[in-house]
Amino acid sequence: MAKLILSMDGLVLKEINLTKERTTIGRKPHNDIQIDNLAVSGEHAVIVTILEDSFLEDLGSTNGTVVNGQPIKKHFLQNNDMIELGKYKLKYVAEASAGQAQVADFEKTMILRPGASKVAPAGSAQAAPAAPAPASSAKNFGDTAAIQGTAAHGPASKPLAATPQKAAALQLLSGANAGKELDLTKPLTTLGKPGVQVAVITRRPQGFFITHVEGASFPIVNGKSLDAQAHSLNDHDVIDLAGVKMEFFFKT
Amino acid sequence: MNLSGALEIASCTDPGMVRSHNEDSIASDADKGLVVLADGMGGYNAGEVASGMATTVIITELQQLLEKTGPYGIDDRSGEEVAHQLLRDQIAKANTSIYQAAQSQPQYAGMGTTLVVALFYDNKMTVAHIGDSRLYRLRGDEFAQVTRDHSLLQEQIDSGVITPQQARQSQNKNLVTRALGIDPIVEAEIHDYGTQTGDIYLLCSDGLCDMVSDDEIGLALQTLSSNLKLCAQHLVQTANDNGGRDNVSVILVRVLRGYAAPRGMIRKMMTWFR
Repeated sequence: MAKLILSMDGLVLKEINLTKERTTIGRKPHNDIQIDNLAVSGEHAVIVTILEDSFLEDLGSTNGTVVNGQPIKKHFLQNNDMIELGKYKLKYVAEASAGQAQVADFEKTMILRPGASKVAPAGSAQAAPAAPAPASSAKNFGDTAAIQGTAAHGPASKPLAATPQKAAALQLLSGANAGKELDLTKPLTTLGKPGVQVAVITRRPQGFFITHVEGASFPIVNGKSLDAQAHSLNDHDVIDLAGVKMEFFFKT
Repeated sequence: MNLSGALEIASCTDPGMVRSHNEDSIASDADKGLVVLADGMGGYNAGEVASGMATTVIITELQQLLEKTGPYGIDDRSGEEVAHQLLRDQIAKANTSIYQAAQSQPQYAGMGTTLVVALFYDNKMTVAHIGDSRLYRLRGDEFAQVTRDHSLLQEQIDSGVITPQQARQSQNKNLVTRALGIDPIVEAEIHDYGTQTGDIYLLCSDGLCDMVSDDEIGLALQTLSSNLKLCAQHLVQTANDNGGRDNVSVILVRVLRGYAAPRGMIRKMMTWFR
């Protein structure tokens, strides 16, 4: 569950859990987060929380709302965002609440149904994520592997960069363009003549691989003909493709 | 109806790097011009059961129906296109089967599945989808998503709450607003699209598009278009290289030639001979 840490001049005043669908911020006492300071408007801003996502919206306040130094009207809150209202600061912290185990459940598809009320029999389905959604509730049809349906946070939620550490290139050894170098920067680089013989070099986290794509004959690496399988390339391998020789090498 | 030689179909499905089960299910019939992909959800193996039921019901029923007649023209009684009606009816049948199984068997309670179906006929295709399984099209250099997800995220994008860029950071991925087998009645979104020779269509589960960017998928389709099987394997491999946190399934369909419906005299003759 996400929370806000209210502070002034570096002094932590309060921690507020974002359990409600709407959390209001303002000077007047009816606000969920009351900040009694004249720089803060009566109804200053609101945070709308939909399951795991929170959105901050300025309610037309006199002095405005600033996030990470930028004035905003509406903002999709990210972990460690710093909201500033006058002298007060609110830090948004979206923490992974159920530990590491939940990462495994991250991509699990769930259905969101307006007004879902049926309770599945115990042991076959589990409760929704803790934060109730507005006028609807999410049901996690997850397995019972004791994994709560809250999503993973931080770097884990971004696809890893599918890039090997080393850069590599090909140098043509024969043919009209002999001597030319070709950097293998793309995830996929095709070689050869379409309709005659084509191979592709894929850049993967494990390294570079050459695979036959089309044509009757297969590429030859270091004098040995490949089969339909991908072949891992080593430094200074010599590839023979459609009568052209080229050398694969890692750049230093 | 027989489209043999008009379509080339390649597919690949994989549990991914994290999951032990594969809850995705795929089926295709090139001669009937039919491809189906479903991404199941539910505890234990219920997800597999739901997606398996969806693909089996839809493909077998449609195969039988298409054996008799092609999905051409407009139905006289309802005034609806025959292809739409066929798909709608079979999806409803699959929905009922899954829903009833989920209601009657405690271990299947709450199971459901997303679905994307494409039926090719008469130089066009009818696409029906429910949930966040997608269909993309590569035509020339242009790679674009054809279906629009039924998901919370898509609704948030549509209503302007978040931008598509922010959507990639959202914690609310994988919340679908429609699925097969959850309610007694489900409405599939059905549209027609014209096809051209050389088009490549990609059907995929969210395990692909969550792990691999659209640009990279498009690049793979363009680069490896001459070898569809390899292309399908490459897409699954890329999703797994990027973490493979979900089941990954892809079906690729290439239009090899035109496949216009028999018309006029020929059609009459064919009906007469039947």
